Amino acid sequence: MRYKRVAAVAAAATLALGLAACGGDDEGTGAGSKDFAAGSTMERLNKAQKIKIGTKFDQPGFGQKGLSGKPEGFDVEVAKLIVKELGIPEDKIEYVETPSKVREDVIVNGTVDLVAATYTINDKRKERIAFAGPYYEAGQNIMVRKDEAAITGPDSFKDGTKKVCSVTGSTPAEEIKKYVKDVATQLVLFDTYDKCRDALKGKQVDAVTTDNVILLGYIAKDEASFKMAGDNFTKEPYGIGVKKEDTDFRNFINDTLDKAFQDGSWKKAWDDTAGKFGATLGDAPTINRY
Amino acid sequence: MNVLIDKFDVFAGGFWLTLQICVLAAIGALILGAVVAVLRISPVPPLRAVGTTYVNIFRNMPLTVVLFFAAFGLPALGSNADFLRIPGLDAIFSRLGTDLPYFRFGLIALVLYTAAFVCEALRSGVNAVPAGQAEAARSLGLTFGQNLRYVVLPQSWKASVVPLGSVIIAMIKNSALVGFFGVVGDLSQTADQLTSAGGYAFIPVAIGISVGYLIMTVPLGALLDRIEKRQAVAR
Repeated sequence: MRYKRVAAVAAAATLALGLAACGGDDEGTGAGSKDFAAGSTMERLNKAQKIKIGTKFDQPGFGQKGLSGKPEGFDVEVAKLIVKELGIPEDKIEYVETPSKVREDVIVNGTVDLVAATYTINDKRKERIAFAGPYYEAGQNIMVRKDEAAITGPDSFKDGTKKVCSVTGSTPAEEIKKYVKDVATQLVLFDTYDKCRDALKGKQVDAVTTDNVILLGYIAKDEASFKMAGDNFTKEPYGIGVKKEDTDFRNFINDTLDKAFQDGSWKKAWDDTAGKFGATLGDAPTINRY
Repeated sequence: MNVLIDKFDVFAGGFWLTLQICVLAAIGALILGAVVAVLRISPVPPLRAVGTTYVNIFRNMPLTVVLFFAAFGLPALGSNADFLRIPGLDAIFSRLGTDLPYFRFGLIALVLYTAAFVCEALRSGVNAVPAGQAEAARSLGLTFGQNLRYVVLPQSWKASVVPLGSVIIAMIKNSALVGFFGVVGDLSQTADQLTSAGGYAFIPVAIGISVGYLIMTVPLGALLDRIEKRQAVAR
């Protein structure tokens, strides 16, 4: 009796597997479903049929973990485009939370296979890792309270009276230091932008500065309290972080992104996520193949 | 390891700010802790209840939560802790007087939290003084205040100095948390800054800030050992 039951379970499992494999063929997923050069990262991931992706869990519109238990946003969607191209089904993705400060370390240590986490491409970071992309070009901006008139742009901090908040270790935090007269009296850094928003609302600070898309997310949620002050004053190209020496994988991601720019899946990913906040996507950025 | 040399000024600045907040918090906690300790050993039951409640609340709450209340609760109540902008003192400790209140918020949280432990360290010292001492003092007609000042506290000091030192050392290490509540440029926040924005590898930076904390705590520990030895002779 027991053997029969085991056999039945085994049969059912085989059937399910068979079905899954069939379904997989339609989508072009499954081990060996795509041809990659032997020994490449793409081949390894395709054979393993799973991938670890580092993203943010607290970035509205880009990577935010909600009630579904999985992060959602533009970064996640872009990562899914790459995963699809690798022939791995979406549900085999393992998401790893990568706050700004650990992003290089998780790539170098191999904790994740790639990082898509509002990750600004810059030379300092290129010393330790490599970037594919950019897949989006954000820019730094300033959010103020609705009734604020004295702050019109980054230069408003030069007189040393206005206080500004950003996130520890982020590119915008470093950038605004160039405009701030005295860091000790004007700059506050927290670990998340939520705290900055609370400080802005509570009037401990006069402005919050970071990439425009993040600020737009907050403004969309509370238009009665906040507004933008002026235009973007930097360019922040977001890239996909991979291991420094893995040029093949980087080229593969670049090709995938180019394809996504062409066939509209990139634009759709945006419209489904960050685009909902009213941020404009603009033209597809030019891939930087260095 | 180059980061330790290249960014020495950043580490030094972080050390200086952490030292400032630790000195201020230690002074504040010792004063407040002594007050609460007196409440807890006072002969008046309502005062004892106040002291006990204070210790129960702040000793049993995580410091992070206390910091949250200080950094986000006080602003909600409309306070920027401006009472800490003490003239004179803010000339030495410049962060006390800035428009940004987070240094003061962090200080308040550290003082409130540590005072509970200071109180208990002092009280354990008082309890170590044989009851006969206080009874003898009372029979001589000394008031409660005189009793404490001339008889009990001088003897209790010996028993409480080492636990007190441990409390202060713990406080120095706890101060690492304020960097995550808006105090820009202390040792722990410096590490955050160097690793994420600066792109330096974490381990050398962590070694750097560890050295910073050790410079504060190890001499304090050594000093305590010496005091303990000298006090031991008196027994």
